[in-house]
Amino acid sequence: MKNFNFKSASNTKEASKLASGRATFLAGGMSILPAMKLRLAAYTHLINIKKIKSLSGIKVSSKSIRIGAATTHAAVAASKEVGKSIPSLAILADGIGDPQVRNRGTIGGSIANNDPAADYPSACLALKATIHTNKRKIAADKFFKGMFETDLKKGELIESVEFEVPEKSAYAKFPNPASRYALVGVFVAKQKDGVRVAVTGAASSVFRSKELESVLLNNFSPSAVDKATVSDKGLNSDIHASAEYRAHIIKSMARKAVSSC
Amino acid sequence: MANLIGAKLERKEDKKFLTGKGRYTADINLPNQTYAYFVRSPHARAKITKVDHSKAMKAPGVIDIFTGDCVVKDKIGGLICGWKIVSQDGKDMKCPPHPVLAKDSVNFVGDHIAVVIAETLEQAKNAAELVNVNYKLQKAVIKTSEATGSENIHEGIDNNLSFDFLLGDKGKTDEAFSKADKIVKIDLVNNRLIPNAMEPRAAIGDYNTSSDELTLYTASQNPHLDRLIMSAFNAVHPEHKFRIVSPDVGGGFGSKINVYAEDVVVAYASKKIGRPVKWVAERSESFMSDNHGRDHITHAELALSNDGKITGLKVDTIANLGAYSLVLAAVTPTYLYAPLVLGIYDIPVACCTVKGVYTNTAPTDAYRGAGRPEATYVIERIVTKAAKEIGMDQAEFRKKNFIKKFPHQQCLVHNIDSGDYNAHLDKAIELADYKNFENRRSQSAKKGKLRGIGFSSYFEACGVAPSAVVMSIGSGVGLWESAEIRFNATGNISVFTGAHAHGQGHDTTFAQIVSDKLGVAIENIDIVHGDTDKGPFGMGTYGSRSLAVGGTAIVKACDKIIAKGKKVAAKMLEGKPEDIDFKAGEFILKNSNKKKTIGEIAFACYLPGSFGDIKSPLPEGVEPGLVETSFFDPSNFSFPSGTHICEVEVDEETGETKLVKYTVVDDFGTIINPLIVEGQVYGGIAQGVGQALYENANYDESGQLTSASYMDYTMPRADNFPQIKLDYTCTPATSNPLGVKGCGEAGTIAAPAAVMNAVIDAVGTDVSMPATAEKVWKALKKNGSKKAAA
Amino acid sequence: MAVIELSVNGKKISKEVSDNTLLSDFLRDKLSLTGTHVGCDTSQCGACVVHMDGNSIKSCTTLVADCNGSEITTIEGIAKNGKMHSMQEAFKKHHGLQCGFCTPGMVMSAIDLLQKNKNPSEQEIRDWLEGNICRCTGYQGIVAAVKDAASKM
Repeated sequence: MKNFNFKSASNTKEASKLASGRATFLAGGMSILPAMKLRLAAYTHLINIKKIKSLSGIKVSSKSIRIGAATTHAAVAASKEVGKSIPSLAILADGIGDPQVRNRGTIGGSIANNDPAADYPSACLALKATIHTNKRKIAADKFFKGMFETDLKKGELIESVEFEVPEKSAYAKFPNPASRYALVGVFVAKQKDGVRVAVTGAASSVFRSKELESVLLNNFSPSAVDKATVSDKGLNSDIHASAEYRAHIIKSMARKAVSSC
Repeated sequence: MANLIGAKLERKEDKKFLTGKGRYTADINLPNQTYAYFVRSPHARAKITKVDHSKAMKAPGVIDIFTGDCVVKDKIGGLICGWKIVSQDGKDMKCPPHPVLAKDSVNFVGDHIAVVIAETLEQAKNAAELVNVNYKLQKAVIKTSEATGSENIHEGIDNNLSFDFLLGDKGKTDEAFSKADKIVKIDLVNNRLIPNAMEPRAAIGDYNTSSDELTLYTASQNPHLDRLIMSAFNAVHPEHKFRIVSPDVGGGFGSKINVYAEDVVVAYASKKIGRPVKWVAERSESFMSDNHGRDHITHAELALSNDGKITGLKVDTIANLGAYSLVLAAVTPTYLYAPLVLGIYDIPVACCTVKGVYTNTAPTDAYRGAGRPEATYVIERIVTKAAKEIGMDQAEFRKKNFIKKFPHQQCLVHNIDSGDYNAHLDKAIELADYKNFENRRSQSAKKGKLRGIGFSSYFEACGVAPSAVVMSIGSGVGLWESAEIRFNATGNISVFTGAHAHGQGHDTTFAQIVSDKLGVAIENIDIVHGDTDKGPFGMGTYGSRSLAVGGTAIVKACDKIIAKGKKVAAKMLEGKPEDIDFKAGEFILKNSNKKKTIGEIAFACYLPGSFGDIKSPLPEGVEPGLVETSFFDPSNFSFPSGTHICEVEVDEETGETKLVKYTVVDDFGTIINPLIVEGQVYGGIAQGVGQALYENANYDESGQLTSASYMDYTMPRADNFPQIKLDYTCTPATSNPLGVKGCGEAGTIAAPAAVMNAVIDAVGTDVSMPATAEKVWKALKKNGSKKAAA
Repeated sequence: MAVIELSVNGKKISKEVSDNTLLSDFLRDKLSLTGTHVGCDTSQCGACVVHMDGNSIKSCTTLVADCNGSEITTIEGIAKNGKMHSMQEAFKKHHGLQCGFCTPGMVMSAIDLLQKNKNPSEQEIRDWLEGNICRCTGYQGIVAAVKDAASKM
């Protein structure tokens, strides 16, 4: 790993100020550090944001759950409040990576990285999340731009992610047998005013499946999924799965998620 | 103390590993050490037009850079093929030159071109990025099936064909097939695997400029062989001034048999710069440059009579050798494979052809089982298919065709000394509750799962050794094994073995044997291996040979110790050597109460000499000391066998396969330590299951290895397995005095066929390895499954 | 470069390290605690697992700079007064190791499991060990060891 300067910021203002040049924020480091070790990424400055107190913790209200950006997956998985209010979110967090990754990896890091196969982005889209940064609020629908690409600007730091509490929701993941990332992950949520189905792992970035949303809006049941046509257009084909298979698994996982709602 | 053979002892070596005190090559740091980083080819096939390292030489911390030109100039020899195969036309196999640093051409992604030596690893890596190599790209030959029809990769090797091997009688086999009532055919792919020992390879060259001694620390399964090859063929350093140490080694599975380019280069570089040079593979380097395994395409046919007797077998295989031929690359798909395609069936006539081909992929060589898993996969798949096609129960079909009388001379090579195949099949059927399988199938169906059952009754030829056999079929060396028992004057023992443990537990099992034989407490016995300066020359550990060959050498050395002890005891007890009995560590004079412990005898052996009233305890003509060496060369291979029964559940909607039940009954002959044997079986099965369901080395069309990390190469994990049920039967081997047969590879040999037979039984149609969810889903869909199509 | 202060196996350590130093390299190269192994470069094999402030983490994916003020426990730090930890004993009893390379990470991970789940089922043990790859044992002895240790801890 090429050398860099490591600095811990004590507040978001300082963090933002330090983020000049080829700098990036370091939360759990579960994606950035392996990439840097393999020399696939290089930065001159890593700004540690884990010491910023305001970035950790979970706040629950009747309408939403707000999770600080530096909150670990393990903390979300273990949170009784999350488990009670949006159990699917706790289950999702409990299935990210492995226990050691969950002990370090954070929600902010996960969505800022926007790995096409990461789990959290699907929850953000399905649960109508608002991403609170030090500059503004961004609706999840506008946040995820493409492979490893988000709407975040240089120096903009995610402070928290706020999820709307749905009537019911569930996440079903078909893991890539090697990496255990999602080969396909489908997050289904039923809100008062609609249904959202977000798919991760299948394409270059997380996306909402309008086909599945429309059939489930009419009839929120596993059998309704059969009626949807999920096209394989734009889906990934790689050594792990063809686009055709991914399209099939999207439906299969959607069925599974709906039935466990 | 006695009766330790068969005892379920906890391992002596465990404490160091469990407390973090293991010492692997990467854990060693030498004063004044430098670091090596290799410049590797990013292309599968190219001519090298220029290697310019002038910029890299000026980078911070760089001490020196060596290229293909340097090794040519210094007359460092290339890597060798250690076992040559003769083609059916009588010509020797063709081996391309395999330089340790490529000078003119590169032939697979990861091929080594140059090495940068620097003060720190970081500096070496930074400088390596500055080495500028110009390539003239050429079209890569990747696929096993297309190799012979493609452009020649190596000059003078037409059709990329290294050898065209034939075993058996083609004429007689054709005749049997012409008379057959039924012929069953099958086409199989044996997928390429990457061994993935958890410790990445590592090597440290340490040249002593004062004594002219060169020490190489390397993660090897056979340090003595390494030294022989590196002295005789690579001309790195003369053998008597060359020491190789393989300390704790974190798994081998065949991938640490070869002398690799990195071994030769760090040893050479250390001599050149006069400082220690350390190299530790990153996992991605291991993926690219460790030898791979398997990679066969096979067509097989089985001839049957109407009553279900097998009357003949034909097998035609293409084996992918990769870019070069490594040490055991040619023997693995020929003599370790072809004779074994017969399985444990009484097949009167057979022939097997194997074409060894070169491609622009990482070289293949022995990987756990080496040839025998491939062979077992052929016979156990086709036998299962045959039973199904003639409508006979697969267990009955197997039993009907099993070899029943021993010794049995097979129609190809092996003379099997002992076995009882019905016994392990019956026991496995009982343990697996075969008779109630259909109930379980219905239960699974209720959950929406397709359940299947698969059998694999295997045998293997292990204890790779008998010189008379192996040298007659092309081995460059006889594969005997050595042992030295060195009694120390205070009564404890150092046992030197030429075998090498990298997980097998020799420190315990070998000590059990010595303790049992000599009646010395196991804690007073130390097993020493892995250092060419310590013990006699030995052949190392592979092919499930350590116990059958190395263990027997230890027994023979113990016998010599006892024989000498009797002479000394006779004098001390005032009797004749023939009147001395040895039992449980004591030399006893017959018909008397006079005795000496072996410790007393050992002590006496070190106090000879007569002076004044002091009389030597040694009889006249007996030399002082109590050290005995033995080299054991067995008369035959040993032939373990067994039956595996596997059950899987397939999710009809996703195609995902789950292993739900696994039963194994093995006949390993005598078992020294059941705890260790069980571990070998479980671990072997996990690797076999890995091949069947998960693992695959994948090259894209341009020759890039697209499964070059744990993100893309599926390693079996704890949640992929149910508890495995295990039992044994026992028919002792007759080729060694312990009656042991070897157990290290058995699981890996039998499991792929058992698992795939189960998958195919569940799915109802053919699926190739690895049976990934998508492949199974596609097969289901093709077979008309509505759920899969939904 | 910065001076980092942390505690390793109960011992206070203060050392100047460059910012890009990984915890695994620091333990191995600077403190000679070579029981922590490095088996991959993508943070998946788990041979490098240690405890940081009581939780298991991958030391190959953690910067030492990020451990300032932390308490680190490695495989060398869990035996007490020469007596092995009950997890270590259980691995020995059930032949939960062969070549020993994955073992330190495996043991450290398993101990963390029992900290969080005192009586895990076989499936929970297998699921937890997702981040630890073993090539030798087929995991059977490891799972048996963790079960046995749970009954004793």
